[in-house]
This record gives sequence, C-alpha cells and structure tokens, in this order.
Amino acid sequence: MAEATELRNELQMITSILGGETHLFHELIRPYERSVYVMALSFLHNEADAEDTAQEAFLKAYRNLSSFRGDSKFGTWLISITLNEARSRIRRKNAVKIESLDEPTGEDGHVSPALLRDWREIPSESLERQEVRHLLQEAIGSLPPIYRETFLLRDVEELSIAEAAQVLKITAVSVKVRLHRARMMLQKSLAPQLKQMNSKRRWFPWS
Amino acid sequence: MVLECKHVWEHISGYLDGTLDSEVQMQVQKHLEHCEICSAILDSTRNILILTADDRVYELPLGFSERLHARLDKELSGLAPPEKSET
Ligand SMILES: [Zn+2]
Repeated sequence: MAEATELRNELQMITSILGGETHLFHELIRPYERSVYVMALSFLHNEADAEDTAQEAFLKAYRNLSSFRGDSKFGTWLISITLNEARSRIRRKNAVKIESLDEPTGEDGHVSPALLRDWREIPSESLERQEVRHLLQEAIGSLPPIYRETFLLRDVEELSIAEAAQVLKITAVSVKVRLHRARMMLQKSLAPQLKQMNSKRRWFPWS
Repeated sequence: MVLECKHVWEHISGYLDGTLDSEVQMQVQKHLEHCEICSAILDSTRNILILTADDRVYELPLGFSERLHARLDKELSGLAPPEKSET
C-alpha cells in the first residue's frame, strides 16, 4: 500500500506548505518533474518552450495550491494544470501558425492499422539509440492534439481511464475511443519504420 | 459468430487493456489464434506501447531540475505561503 501512504504524505505536505513551510513544495513536486516536462514537450515541440511551460505550470500549482481539494491525486491535478498551460501557449502561438485544437475528422473517423505478416520484437534496449527515440517522439508529436493528449495521459503518464477522463473533461467512453485511435495511428506510422530498422540492422551482435 | 479481421482491429486497444466484454474478448482471442496478420498488428501495437511508456524516450534537458527549483525558490522565498482559502 505504498501508494496510499504516498497520497497521505502528499496531503500532509500540502497542509504544511499552506501552513507556511513553503520549502516543502520542492519535495512535493520532485516526483512529477518528468511527467510535467514530457506533457509540455509533446505539445510545444521544442525544449526551451517546454521547459518554460513546465516551470509556469509548477508556479501555477504553487499559487493555487489552496484550491487543491484532494478529490483527485495531486499528480493528476498537476497534469491538468500543465495541460491547460500547454494548450493556452499553443493558442497564443497559433495566432501565427495554425494548428487546430479541435478534432480533425470527427469521432467516427476510422483508422486502419499497418498490415504486417509478422512482427519481430523490438527490444527496449533499442531506446539507447537516439534515432529510435526521435522516431517515437516524432510519431507521438504528430498525432492530432485530442489523440495526443489522451495517449500521453493514459500510455505515457499511466493515468487510469477514469483519471484521464477527469483531466480531459470527457467521458470514459470517449477516452477509450480516442485511445484506440491514437494507438492505431501510432501502429500505422511506427510499425513499418521500426520493422525496417529492425531488419536493416540488429540491435545486438548476439541477437 | 466469426469475426472478420477489420472487426478485430476495432478491438485491439480494448483487448490490450482487458476492457472488452468477455464474449468479445473470447472471439478476438479465437481469431488471433489462427490469423497471422491480426496477431502481427496486436504484437506490434503492444511492442510500441512498451517502447513509448519507457522513461528513456524523453530525456529531461541538462540542468532542468536545477533551473526549476531555482525559479521556485524565488517564488517560495517571496512573502507569504500561497494564499489560504477558508481559514
Ligand atoms: Zn485477422
């Protein structure tokens, strides 16, 4: 029940911070630095903007800490703030460059996967190669925003379907639909590329 | 009822999450047992999800944490704790 203990500690920390022990905020957010940054990066596509957005999100969380009600996890609350911060940045940027935040094709859009006759497992060690990391970042980054959000919350940040629905203010059914599309889009774009890399060169000399 | 491939594709995500109705889950499973194409789709999707969930995909920029906490310090060492509601 490590998680329950963690949650209780977080609530205690928050109470203490509000009571004046503000330095505890450093400790409170430490486990979430990566999540917040990754969320921001997938929207802003450049490290400097993402870092700035992440910092803003943490500052907002601090300033609004008293409005945290404890009816969701602190991490989920923080991710919501990050998402809003990232979205509003994109809106400001879009005054110049147009990328719609709205759904591109409608909820009944259909995604067909890439057809392969077989699949040879790509080992996680392949992520040591920057080429592979870039490929994945690019594929996630080029998902339409509503699918990207859902995918990140669920499959990268590992929120539950209910938590993702809460953050996105949509139903659990919509989360599942969007998640399915996002995953199929990624399979479609990534599977052929990864497969080709896999056959071009082996990950390990002994594999 | 026998599922066609393209109907199986509609259930790949649910199948991976184990959120399908047990009957659909069984039909999909049966189909996968003899269909190489759908099995490859399932395997590749699962593989991709494992890769994208890996912490190594996104690296924090060098010094990210230091800069963040330095900026927070400025805010935190400022006057009061964040405004308190209802006390
Ligand atoms: Zn099939």
